Amino acid sequence: MLVTRLTVRIPRMHTQYMSIRHGLLALLSQGARYGYQLRTEFEASTGATWPLNIGQVYTTLSRMERDGLVAPGEQDDQGRVVYAITEQGRSELARWFSTPIAQADRPRDELVIKLAMAVIAPDVDAAAMIQAQRSATMRTLQQLTKAKRGAGVAQRLVYDSMIFQAEAEQRWLDHCESVLAAHSERPE
Amino acid sequence: MTTVSRLTEVTKVHGSGASAVPALRGVSLEVAAGELVAVMGPSGSGKSTLLNLAGGLERATEGTVEVEGVAIGGLPAKKLAALRRRKVGYVFQDLNLIPSLTAAENVMLPRELDGVRTRKARQEAERALGEVGLAGAGNRFPDELSGGERQRVAIARALTGERRLLLADEPTGALDTPTGDDVLQLLRERCDAGAAVLLVTHEPRYAAWADRVVFLRDGAIADTAEPMASSR
Ligand SMILES: Nc1ncnc2c1ncn2[C@@H]1O[C@H](COP(=O)(O)OP(=O)(O)OP(=O)(O)O)[C@@H](O)[C@H]1O
Ligand SMILES: [Mg+2]
Repeated sequence: MLVTRLTVRIPRMHTQYMSIRHGLLALLSQGARYGYQLRTEFEASTGATWPLNIGQVYTTLSRMERDGLVAPGEQDDQGRVVYAITEQGRSELARWFSTPIAQADRPRDELVIKLAMAVIAPDVDAAAMIQAQRSATMRTLQQLTKAKRGAGVAQRLVYDSMIFQAEAEQRWLDHCESVLAAHSERPE
Repeated sequence: MTTVSRLTEVTKVHGSGASAVPALRGVSLEVAAGELVAVMGPSGSGKSTLLNLAGGLERATEGTVEVEGVAIGGLPAKKLAALRRRKVGYVFQDLNLIPSLTAAENVMLPRELDGVRTRKARQEAERALGEVGLAGAGNRFPDELSGGERQRVAIARALTGERRLLLADEPTGALDTPTGDDVLQLLRERCDAGAAVLLVTHEPRYAAWADRVVFLRDGAIADTAEPMASSR
């Protein structure tokens, strides 16, 4: 399915590592789970646009074990280990839910840099670049909207978040286009 | 797929002489049954003009406009009015609901004008209101409904009868985003049931419900976005 492989070129506002960590803690707060279960449930609640590989799950679990947030149980006869949340893990989760997330970690946005460079470069058509980007972003929006239809409420809200971000980019591109058009009519 | 709406090299000039305003310049566009096409563009780029021409509310200065294969440019006024009532449903931003008629009566009006018996028109209206989630609200007057509900009454009115072409100009107006999504969901369902829908919107999130998005600039199509065929 196309949607599951959809990679959305939208800046992540918050570090992905932290959100996986707390996402796993939230699932474990509902009961002990195997690594593969965590992966399945994480994807089921956040939507297929946010694929998580099993390696990421185990790396995150072992770091959380090191930090005292989760504790592994005995290995079963198939070598699988159930993880449980610790008291410290519960208080970390409570802190996460009750603290707003800072927007400071936002990575530099490649598109913004590209546009600024296109505007100052003498031989690049910034208007054409904007137009091509707008169509590409609209295609992403169309795919997200299609994926959203029929999604459960948690997934829907995840898709909506990506839709709002893509829409903001679209509006910003429209804005850039008008500003550049006005500027070329009466350059300073 | 059958083409429901076809515009070929359409030009529209409002007014004449020194005050002539070219609103569309050589636009060609097709909307097939089952297809939702969104039109975006800055204010004054010709979006509403395009919709009005496609639905026969205004005549093209040059080029041809067809509805289900009938070229409407040459039709006498009376025939054109009948074709509009039968085949085309409109949702305007100001909705055009008549304040002194109930929701059901507003929905029935175009059908009654078309000679449909009152009883049948009422049944149709009730079904259409049910489809838009307003079963039971038929006896309320427009000023007794919320903005979103009025929007849905206008859509119900556009859905009655055998309308193959739905034209919607900013149908999400000032609605909050979940309600706007509901409106799009409705239009999408009509499309999936075989209607052709042409939607004007300023909001990328709503345009994204379309199979195709056409960007107008200064009365001409600047660009078209459609998802890869495999995702359809
Ligand atoms: N009846 C009219 N007489 C003269 N000029 C008109 C008429 N209707 C529209 N125009 C002009 O035609 C151009 C396109 O208008 P149109 O209403 O189609 O734009 P629009 O894209 O729908 O804009 P908006 O987003 O503001 O609704 C504008 O320059 C407008 O001023
Ligand atoms: Mg308009």
